[in-house]
Amino acid sequence: MNAHVKPVIEQVGQRSVASIRGDFPVLHQQINGKPLVYLDNAASSQHPQVVIDAISRYYEHDHANIHRGVHTLSQRATDQFEGARDEVRRFINARSEKEIIFTRGTTESINLVAQSFARPRLKAGDEILISALEHHANIVPWQMVCEQTGAKLKVIPINQQGIVDFAAFEQLIGPQTRLLALAHVSNALGTVNPVEKFIAVAKRHGVPVLLDGAQAVPHASVDVQKIDCDFYCFSAHKLCGPTGVGVLYGKQALLDAMPPWQGGGDMILTVSFEKTTYNQLPWKFEAGTPNIAGVIGLGAALRYLNQLGMTNIAAYEHQLLEYATQQLKQLEGLHIIGTAPHKAAVVSFVTDGIHPHDLGTILDSEGVAIRTGHHCAMPVMTFYRIPATARASFAFYNTFAEVDHLVAALRHAREVMG
Amino acid sequence: MDLKDLYRDVIVDHNKHPRNFGRLDPADAHADGHNPLCGDQLSVTVKLAGDKIDDVKFDGSGCAISVASASLMTEAVRGKSVTEFEALRGKVHELLTQHDSSIDPMSLGKLGALSGVREFPARVKCASLCWHTLEAALLHQSEPISTE
Repeated sequence: MNAHVKPVIEQVGQRSVASIRGDFPVLHQQINGKPLVYLDNAASSQHPQVVIDAISRYYEHDHANIHRGVHTLSQRATDQFEGARDEVRRFINARSEKEIIFTRGTTESINLVAQSFARPRLKAGDEILISALEHHANIVPWQMVCEQTGAKLKVIPINQQGIVDFAAFEQLIGPQTRLLALAHVSNALGTVNPVEKFIAVAKRHGVPVLLDGAQAVPHASVDVQKIDCDFYCFSAHKLCGPTGVGVLYGKQALLDAMPPWQGGGDMILTVSFEKTTYNQLPWKFEAGTPNIAGVIGLGAALRYLNQLGMTNIAAYEHQLLEYATQQLKQLEGLHIIGTAPHKAAVVSFVTDGIHPHDLGTILDSEGVAIRTGHHCAMPVMTFYRIPATARASFAFYNTFAEVDHLVAALRHAREVMG
Repeated sequence: MDLKDLYRDVIVDHNKHPRNFGRLDPADAHADGHNPLCGDQLSVTVKLAGDKIDDVKFDGSGCAISVASASLMTEAVRGKSVTEFEALRGKVHELLTQHDSSIDPMSLGKLGALSGVREFPARVKCASLCWHTLEAALLHQSEPISTE
């Protein structure tokens, strides 16, 4: 099938997209009198009814604090919470549940590694390596730890297509490098980094690798053992799960050797005023009462995604990306930013004479939700010498007709702006 | 909410053909404004004649609302005293933010075209950045202005 042609039936595996859309209540509404076309999935995805129900059911029937009560509700809550941990372990194929730490999101996961893993190991003159297409969440925590330790942040450049310069990476990595922190998929450009290639080189230099997987896990099957990264971070809310929940995967030997990041309840075995002994993994890194409902919601989201199949999702989203790219290219004065051959379903663009924020407002008046701005990747904008982009990001519940709506709304924007 | 309320002909025109665009050099006063959420960057330079704004120019990049607001502002404030500017800034701010404002947009001349912005709360910052920036220049504030 020609990827640029609309398929006769839109399908994710065995399910039609029309029936999948029935699972997402939020999609069925009018915005400014027009049907909602939600194309801001890279910022946050929507929730199927099963996730909303799992959270409601927990609050209606099972809520209590976890890991501490012998009563029935506490045990139910604990079972569901720990059950979700096992869902996550299987979703990314980690060896053990001890390697799955629940956090508030990708940002907190990266900060945890920066402060608990990197900071004690770093001294003046050491280097941390990141790329030029990182989200601020994979820049600022490293800048902070560099300030604290005298280490230096080194940045692997990108080219005009938005591809990380692999040859430059091989030059930059060296005896001073203590960590490579790299996006698996760029949120601003959609570039999929060939992380296995980077990790192979890092291994030869004995450099541990953290991957920011926030934009990767929603779009493809991720196997942390196969990739062989040391740390992998992602957020629930880009995976049809709730906000306020994230995951840090770390290899057990590394996590074991790391000191706790935050102190408090749940992360201890015994406490006296003289000496506290810390809990085992993963709870050593989960101080305080966590977002129990959020974690349970994440578990439900992963079961839902597994039923659809991540490979099926990736295949359908790729068709959407190809179609959207081809349709947008036909618009005069529109320039796609980020043209790597291997991309997730994200299209960033600028239009001659129309600022992205005006596009955002005009598209919203047509019911089309896109993101406009710097996408928390200001260095990427600086590289392309643009203040901002408009970004349409797709999920498996989007349709080819919605791509057509986007294109029509962009034509309308041209009329409005004269 | 009607898009034509926001992108009125005056706004579209001043965005495409901004008036008083550039820099005054030398200038008696200068300030930079930044909207970190949008990436809008704005510089305002002013020549004073005593207490009066003798000339004013703006430079930078931004959306249609921020460019048009700055362009309209430079036309409106020339010849005004700092006190008169403050009074006008207050009126424009009310026009941009308050639905129940008693200010008649027509009384503000072309600036009245900005009244549609209040229907789009996410865009108020775009329209107000230049006004804050010119105020900072006139009050000789050294810190760059930020809408955040």
